Amino acid sequence: MGEEREVLGKIIQILKPMVPEDTEITPETDLATDLSIDSLKSMEILAQIEDTFDISIPINVLAEVRTVEDLATQIKKLI
Amino acid sequence: MNIFDKFDKLVQAGQKLEQEFGAFFQVVMDEILSSTEAVINGKKVILAGTNNYLGLSMDPECIEAACQATRQNGTGTTGSRMANGTFSGHVQLEKALSNFLGCSNTIVFTTGYGANLAVLSSLAGPGDIALLDADCHASIYDGCRMGGAEMFRFKHNNMEDLEKRLSRLQKRKTNILIIIEGLYSMLGDRACIREIVELKEKYGAYLLVDEAHSLGVLGENGRGLAEEAGVSDKVDFITGTFSKSLGATGGFCSSNHQQLEILRYASRPYIFTASPSPSNIASARKALEIITKRPDLRTRLWQNTNALYDRLSSLKLNLGPEPTPIIPVRFTDPHEALRVWKGLLAKGVYVNMVLPPATPDGSAFLRCSMSASHTPEQVSAIGDAFEALTAG
Repeated sequence: MGEEREVLGKIIQILKPMVPEDTEITPETDLATDLSIDSLKSMEILAQIEDTFDISIPINVLAEVRTVEDLATQIKKLI
Repeated sequence: MNIFDKFDKLVQAGQKLEQEFGAFFQVVMDEILSSTEAVINGKKVILAGTNNYLGLSMDPECIEAACQATRQNGTGTTGSRMANGTFSGHVQLEKALSNFLGCSNTIVFTTGYGANLAVLSSLAGPGDIALLDADCHASIYDGCRMGGAEMFRFKHNNMEDLEKRLSRLQKRKTNILIIIEGLYSMLGDRACIREIVELKEKYGAYLLVDEAHSLGVLGENGRGLAEEAGVSDKVDFITGTFSKSLGATGGFCSSNHQQLEILRYASRPYIFTASPSPSNIASARKALEIITKRPDLRTRLWQNTNALYDRLSSLKLNLGPEPTPIIPVRFTDPHEALRVWKGLLAKGVYVNMVLPPATPDGSAFLRCSMSASHTPEQVSAIGDAFEALTAG
C-alpha cells in the first residue's frame, strides 16, 4: 500500500508542472478531461515517468488508463 | 442506450468541426482535368494537395495499361490471393518490385494501409517489441496493435530518445522491430535513417521503413530514403503504397529475408481480402517502369518543390523543417488556417487542411504537395495565392 502511495505521489509531482498552477490533482483526476493532457504532453509525461522509475511503458496499456490512479496502477505493474 | 451511444463525444466533435470547418469536409472533385487540375464547385482549381508526386495517375501509358488489363482480366479478381485472386499480373508486379528495390521477396497487398496492417500484425506478435517513431502513420499503429506486440514510441526523429529506449528494452532479450517512415506525411521531413541504422545494428534490432511518400521521390533511382542514404542493405523490411507516386491503389512489402513468404499464410489482412484489381496492378507496373526510365520526372518534382518552398519561405510562413514535396504551412490558430484555406480555394488553389488532433504538435497545417506535373506557372500561382492571403 505504501509503495502504491509512493508511486502515486511521484506521478502527481511529474504532472504538476504540466498543468495550470492552481489545478488540484487527486487519484480520481481524469487525465484527458480534467487536465487536458494532449498527445504531445502525454509523451513528455510518460518519458519523465519512465526515467523516474527506469521502466518502459508500452502504449498498449494506456488504453486502460483514464485517471491518475489508473496510471499509477499500470506503473506499479511495470516496476 | 443504443449501439451508437459510444460515439456521442465523436459526434459532438464532428458537428463542431462541420460548423466551423464545414467547407473543407464538403469538397468534392466534380471533374479531374489533369493530374494537377480539377473542377471543385464548378470552379477550375490547381491541385496542390494530392500525393500525385509524379503525376502518373493521369499518365496515358498507365491509363492504357489499366484499360487493357480490365478488358483482358476483368474489373476485379473476386477473390483472395490465397484462393482465386492471384493472377499472373500480381506475380509479375511482385518480381518487378523486388528487382526495382534490390530485394529477394515482395508481397503485394490491396492497399497501402493493408500492407502495414498485414505485415506488422504478423511480424510483431505477442512477446515482440514494436518501437515506432511517434509521427508514424495510423496504419503502423493499427498493425502493431492488431499483432499484439508491446508498442513503444520514441520522440519523432529523436535519436537520444530512441537509444534510451533501445538500451532499456534490450534487457528483455526479445525481438525489437523499429518502424520509421521515409518521408513523414504531415511534416514532410525525412527519418534520420543513417543514425537509426547505426542504433539498430548496435542493439540487434530489425528495421522496417515505410517508403509510402518517398518511393519515386527520393534516391538516385527513386527507390526511397534507404537508397538516398545508402543503407538499403541494412533495412530489413520496406513497405509502401501504389497510391502516391505510382498513381494507383495497392501496397507492398519487400525484404531480403526470404521468410517473408510465410506472411502469405500467417497474415489475416492478406488472406481475408480480395486481391488488388487487374487495372491497379497493371497501372502500378507501368508506373514502376516509368519511374525507372524517366528520372526527369524526379528532377521536375524537385525543381517545383524547391521553387514553392523558397517562395513560401520568402513570405515568412512557418513551414516544415526541410524542403520536400510535402510542404506544410503551419498556423497556431486553426481558424486562421481555415480563412487561408478558403481564400486559396476561391483563388483557384486546392491544398489539404490538417486539423488537430491529426497534427503532431497541436497546430493546424495547410499541407501542400508538389507534383512533377505542376508547371512553373502553376507553382507561381500557388505562391501568389498564399502571398495575397498572408501578406501583412
